[in-house]
Amino acid sequence: MSENAIVFKDVLKSFEKEDGSRQIVLDRVNFVIPAGKTTVVAGGSGQGKSVTLKLILALMQADSGSIIVGGKDITGIRGGRLKKLRTRFGVLFQGAALFDSMTVFDNVALPLRERTKKTEIEIKKQVLESLDQLELLGHENKFPAQLSGGMKKRAGLARALQLQPEIMLFDEPTTGLDPVMTQEIYQLFARTQKLVGYTSIIVSHDIPKIFNLADQVIVLNNGVMDVFPSPEEIQWSQKTHIKNFVQTTMGEIYQSHLVEK
Amino acid sequence: MRTNSISRFGNSGISVITDLGRMGVYLLKIFQGCFKLPFRFSEFMRQMHFIGVGSLVVIFFTAASTGMVLGLQGYYSLHKFGAEGMLGSAVSLTLIMELGPVLTALMVAGRAGSAMCAELGIMRISEQIDALECMAIDPFRYLISPKLLAALISVPLLTVLFDVVGIAGGYVAGVHLMGVNPGSYFEGMRSSVTNHDIILGTVKSFVFAILIVWICTGRGYLVHQIRGAGFGAGSVSKVTTQAVVLSSISVLVFDYLLTAILL
Repeated sequence: MSENAIVFKDVLKSFEKEDGSRQIVLDRVNFVIPAGKTTVVAGGSGQGKSVTLKLILALMQADSGSIIVGGKDITGIRGGRLKKLRTRFGVLFQGAALFDSMTVFDNVALPLRERTKKTEIEIKKQVLESLDQLELLGHENKFPAQLSGGMKKRAGLARALQLQPEIMLFDEPTTGLDPVMTQEIYQLFARTQKLVGYTSIIVSHDIPKIFNLADQVIVLNNGVMDVFPSPEEIQWSQKTHIKNFVQTTMGEIYQSHLVEK
Repeated sequence: MRTNSISRFGNSGISVITDLGRMGVYLLKIFQGCFKLPFRFSEFMRQMHFIGVGSLVVIFFTAASTGMVLGLQGYYSLHKFGAEGMLGSAVSLTLIMELGPVLTALMVAGRAGSAMCAELGIMRISEQIDALECMAIDPFRYLISPKLLAALISVPLLTVLFDVVGIAGGYVAGVHLMGVNPGSYFEGMRSSVTNHDIILGTVKSFVFAILIVWICTGRGYLVHQIRGAGFGAGSVSKVTTQAVVLSSISVLVFDYLLTAILL
């Protein structure tokens, strides 16, 4: 993979409102996500964080501009190329997006059954190993409705990692989890990233805790993106909206957190 | 004020055309999905069970009551002209060409169609469909095409069952309750029902099966793109109602069109 995993060039994305006018979510944004690093995308609700992930995954198309993944422009991508592109990604959705009618085992085995030619014996071995690593062994025959929030996230992560993705996207991975579970999940991300070596993009509200994992931070505000090469640099920004963001989301907690770090 | 009204009217028009276009593309993708490998035989069988076996009771009771009502009503009308002997012909033709396919389709739309719509709508809002796409698994091949293929087999078979039970219901009402000659009931049926009538009923049931799966799964699958549907659980309940209403109306409209073209 090239040095830059993902590049956004002048990307514009807008949505039609009920009255027929358009609301701009990303206003010609430019940024780079370095390969092998962790980028945190932060910002208030409705600022386009999840839209950014969907654009990267080509689940949505930008109005204009280009998105380059692994050196290749994915604008307007479809068919076989799109399928190939998506095999490079692993995604952990906000609610884990496990299939309700399948057991944990079947959920985790799904990408292997559908996307590889492995035998059932090989699949069973790999899935059970993954479940063991994520401390889910013994729960493989349960259905998602029988799992706690943290277990669902771990099962979703196990599924996302089955095809050894180059890029992992996490959409609000700790929403609804208690602080202890949140910490466990972050440790798990760090551990699996070290193991698999993927590029990680995390959309999160969990500030400042999430900054422990971050190599780079992107803050979204009213369609504009600000990129900070390290989490510490946010506090030195002179931009009013960033200062407000620091004050409202982090305030003194962040200051003390930095000292601790 | 006037400009606003024109603008609103224009927006609604564009929205309807966009929706139709989206549904057209959606239908093409379902057909494409039917030819993509690997075929999900287990899901196909599950859907056959859900649409076909699961609808047996409702079809049986609807057909029996419809047939018996037709038997009574038919006898009442024909008796005025002294033509009770034509009861078998009237009941069987009405059921085979019209009521069998239409009522079966309406029952399947209400029972299985609504469930398909809600299932896909929930899968959409809980990002399960996005998850499939992210794993490079075609959701049409995986989720929707097995439903279409199962409906294409189940709905015509349910229609046949409806016809048979309905004719038997007409027999019970006409022969056992009203005293029509049993031989004339069956002879009237045998002499008046032609292959063309059976083909017309069968073609209708195939078309209705496509309409039900297309509209019901389409509303659920595209719930996030339907203007005015809203968000979350409310949007799923809204599109589920919409799916049943739209598919039922479409069945009735296409029933007329097919009758006009093929009769």
